[in-house]
Amino acid sequence: MKSQPRLLIGLDVVTVLVMAVATYMVFGYAPIERVMGAVQKVFYFHVAAGWVGMLGFLAAVVAGVAYLVSRKPVWDLVGLGAIEIGLTFMLINIITGSIWARPIWNTWWTWDPRLTTATIMELLYAAYLMLRQGIEDPERRARFGAVYAIIGFISVPLTFFSIRIYRTIHPVVIGGGDPTVSGSFSMTPAMGATFAVSLVAFSFLFASLLWHRIRLGQLGARVEQMKLKLTE
Amino acid sequence: MRGFLRALGAVVWKDLAAELRSRELLSSMLVFALLVIFIFNFALELDAVARANVTSGVLWVTFVFAGTLGLNRSLAVEKDRGCLDGLLLAPVDRTAIYFGKAIANLVFMLVVAAIVLPVYSILYNVNLFAQGGLLWVIFLGAEGYTAVGTLLAAMAVQARTRDILLPILLFPVVIPVLVAAVKASSGYLQRLPMEEILPWLQLLLAYDVIFTSIAFMVFESVVEE
Amino acid sequence: MQDSTLIEVSRLLKRFGPKVVLRGLDFHVRQGEFVALLGPNGAGKTTFLRILASLSAPSAGRVSVAGCDLPRQATAVRQKLGVVSHLPLLYGDLTAEENLRFYGRMYGVDALEKRVGEVLTLVGLTSRRRDLVRTFSRGMQQRLAIGRAILHDPEVLLLDEPHTGLDQDACEMLDEVLMQVAARGRTVVMTSHDLARVEEMASRFDVLSRGRICSSVRRDALPPDGLLAFYRRALAEATPPVEEAL
Repeated sequence: MKSQPRLLIGLDVVTVLVMAVATYMVFGYAPIERVMGAVQKVFYFHVAAGWVGMLGFLAAVVAGVAYLVSRKPVWDLVGLGAIEIGLTFMLINIITGSIWARPIWNTWWTWDPRLTTATIMELLYAAYLMLRQGIEDPERRARFGAVYAIIGFISVPLTFFSIRIYRTIHPVVIGGGDPTVSGSFSMTPAMGATFAVSLVAFSFLFASLLWHRIRLGQLGARVEQMKLKLTE
Repeated sequence: MRGFLRALGAVVWKDLAAELRSRELLSSMLVFALLVIFIFNFALELDAVARANVTSGVLWVTFVFAGTLGLNRSLAVEKDRGCLDGLLLAPVDRTAIYFGKAIANLVFMLVVAAIVLPVYSILYNVNLFAQGGLLWVIFLGAEGYTAVGTLLAAMAVQARTRDILLPILLFPVVIPVLVAAVKASSGYLQRLPMEEILPWLQLLLAYDVIFTSIAFMVFESVVEE
Repeated sequence: MQDSTLIEVSRLLKRFGPKVVLRGLDFHVRQGEFVALLGPNGAGKTTFLRILASLSAPSAGRVSVAGCDLPRQATAVRQKLGVVSHLPLLYGDLTAEENLRFYGRMYGVDALEKRVGEVLTLVGLTSRRRDLVRTFSRGMQQRLAIGRAILHDPEVLLLDEPHTGLDQDACEMLDEVLMQVAARGRTVVMTSHDLARVEEMASRFDVLSRGRICSSVRRDALPPDGLLAFYRRALAEATPPVEEAL
């Protein structure tokens, strides 16, 4: 049995460290926002989780194209792993957003374009998992998964764009935006640093999780192969 | 190119000829569409005031639900008797098969629309044909819907869970087309000025182009082993 | 041309996920041969035929039909193939002649109406040409399926268990059509379970077991105790002793 590669162990260590630093910075270093108070701290991990979600879906579409071109099973594992991670972090993103929205917008949920798109995205990638579940042949499962990941990824920005034309109340913190939108704020340098570290930390977390997931898939495939050898 | 068009035409002709004879697909789509409208009538209390705002939504939900039924059936017929293999054995480009099926499905949806619209007009004493633009919107919306729908139905019928799979796969993907189609339709129905409808029409057209070309590009991977 | 090789398969490998179905299969067919492909269930006969038919891509190895490689030159190969599977591949809501007309257009058959008439005569369905295929018996559907497969006059005919579910009369009618095709110098590869039936028809018998062709014999070289005995011996030799398998 192959043991964990050195690089992966190193990545795990770095991930744990940088996550710890990010957590400390969020609670101990970043100042409390004047208007919103402590609940604003949700913002750091909220955006970072959304970032990982998008990263996952992007990785899945790249893996999908790579699979259709090369037909190498490992790309299917990458795609599946990326989508599973993306789904999880997008859910974290939606839930943390909801926690923030309750005191700030005075509601758990609004039909804002980003919220709506994020949720449609969750449903879309849940459908991806259901599609895979319904197919026995691993080669076909990989092919259909790749196709659906590509179609879904093209549809998501169009969905966002369509709903966007309705007026949005979601704050756009990065790159300015409309200051009259309820819940927007300007970042102090300490906040900016915390935010940047959170993004980096979550990116490491993503890479590490994805790597583990791919290894898990490969080990699973080997188990299948050994089982077959035994029964033959 | 001639071989491509010949094969495409053959697939369309085959679907229409078979449907003309059995009328299974169209009749189930139609009955289903009318039932949806009646259910909406009771669920939403479609009085004159409510109707003005929701007509386009009701129409599109009706088309979409009925369309799912038709798409599933259209591709299941190919799968069940091995006909999909029969099509794939032919020395023609796979995209000719895709476009043939997609065009046939589009025709079925338009036939359903052509019957639902006058019925709706009579039931609610409105003339949906007064605005010619609405017909264009229905054409463009149905095109985008069947373009993705044909591709996803081809995947769904090859899965174990196929009867429940198609709407789950299709609806989240096709939302942009629906949003644009509903907005453009209600623009026409509420007689908004053209400059308010035009952006939605342009979006709808752009979505059609995007979805049709992407489906065209990946269809081969869906049917080839 | 009598001796030219029409189908050439070497070291063909087919995997379904971790499962290996065909493991290094070699198979050569000359023009005009009628090969019966025999073997137990699960030996990989249908998988192999689907690969030859260009419906399934090989995982590794070389497959070429009439000088064209699969899957790269699939379209050229498809033009030269006629395929009969255990599903009819016909549309129930179209009539017999409409089905043929449709497939004729897909294959770009010239003088289509005339050819459809010929084929219907050949498979003995002229009197029912305007009836819906849905109303046909299994035997008639299978005959029409053969008509569909030979419509474009293919060089190679592939048949996957064509006798399944047919009664005695239907089988004989089917065989008659097949012999007519073979008599015109066409190459035929057919999988079957019915040894007695193929013994009369085929010119060569190949036994497929555990993903390989394990034995092959021409009809004129068949041992005196017949095909069944040959088949049993071939399988017994192919199955490794129990200790070796573990």
